[in-house]
Amino acid sequence: MSANGTGGAPAIVYCHCKYAQVLPVATKEAVLRALCDSGLPFEAVPDLCEASARRDDALKRLASAGPLKIAACYPRAVKWLFAAAGAPLDAATTEVVNLRTLSPEPAAGALLSTALEANLPAGKVTVADAPKAVVAPNPNES
Amino acid sequence: MALSERTLRVVVYEGPGAIPVGAAERYAAVSALLERGFGVTRAGSERPVAPADASPMLVLGRWDGATPEPTGDPADGVLTRWATLDPATAGDAAERARAEMGAPVPGAWKPWFPVIDYDRCTNCMQCLSFCLFGVYGVDAERRIQVQNNDQCKTQCPACSRVCPEAAIMFPKYKSGPINGDAVSESDLGREKMKIDISALLGGDVYAMLRTRSERAQSRFSKERDSDKALAERQKCLAKLAALAGDIPPEVLMSLPSPEEIARKATEAAARAKAALAPETTATAN
Ligand code: SF4
Ligand code: SF4
Repeated sequence: MSANGTGGAPAIVYCHCKYAQVLPVATKEAVLRALCDSGLPFEAVPDLCEASARRDDALKRLASAGPLKIAACYPRAVKWLFAAAGAPLDAATTEVVNLRTLSPEPAAGALLSTALEANLPAGKVTVADAPKAVVAPNPNES
Repeated sequence: MALSERTLRVVVYEGPGAIPVGAAERYAAVSALLERGFGVTRAGSERPVAPADASPMLVLGRWDGATPEPTGDPADGVLTRWATLDPATAGDAAERARAEMGAPVPGAWKPWFPVIDYDRCTNCMQCLSFCLFGVYGVDAERRIQVQNNDQCKTQCPACSRVCPEAAIMFPKYKSGPINGDAVSESDLGREKMKIDISALLGGDVYAMLRTRSERAQSRFSKERDSDKALAERQKCLAKLAALAGDIPPEVLMSLPSPEEIARKATEAAARAKAALAPETTATAN
């Protein structure tokens, strides 16, 4: 199972958001149905939030799958959920399809398309890039 | 939560050696597995899927011949089970394989926890000082991090309102920017985004901590024996509930006792101070 022989087309990841009702059920169903109808290979995750909280190796696996299209929620949330699990996403090759805001048809269309429009917020990539503690001057040193 | 976990990966296989199933059956099987909390790879060659790793795996297929025998050895950590692809039994097959291979139980905990946007975070430690449940800590580099996400109170987004940078997200929250939607300048100034920390946990307790005076301590001790203290606390909670109506009443009402709050707040403040202190005196936690 690798990216070989797929002509650089992005891998498809679908988040089912199982443990909350934040994604419209009709959108989730329509997108998953479109994926199954397409006959294309894909990855389906029950709940990216849960996977991140567990630091599930599945996220490292997904982040290493090459260019990615992820159907989930807001790109900012998805970016930092992966980062929190030690599986930072490549901002240049990741597109998040927001099932919270898109209606079913455009969401499914964006997910299945081979064209990738990277849309993770720019900025720091990993936790290690975050600011360090502000060091206050030590009054005992002059 | 564990440092990292290997959950069961279920692969729906329809390649050579197996008979392809129709779209409707595929949808039914994948939905059933997701609803039971299992991750699914629908394998194939037209698009990449995630590479194999050491996670335990169950491969479901409508096999041409006999179902393949289990492979792998617990010693090398890579285990694979095989079973027949049938939407009606897929969930049970996955549950059996999970138990046999000792993979973690899915959905044991509702995933409600803060996620830090390090693009925005300035490492000010306000969240660490504020949270009484020990959710936040610092890493070896003294950067703020979410350490005990399973101690977070379900549906409570209070710490996101304390963060001056709107850097704390709860992806399952109902509205932005807490749910991960883009942060606008107006969000940062919005009254509803901010809450007064002292109001949250009873103004008298935090006032006492701030002044640290004997007088305040004795007043606190006297008050806690009286109905007045209880009334004051309820007033604080009612005020807070009105201010930030999305903090669930059960979270407010299950807050620790004033003594416990005082102890935890002192500990949290000490940890935040240590994290911000010069390198030689700081201790990572
Ligand atoms: S990442 Fe978004 S869509 Fe997925 S489980 Fe979390 S809140 Fe739901
Ligand atoms: S309060 Fe916000 S900015 Fe400050 S350390 Fe916490 S997440 Fe970062």
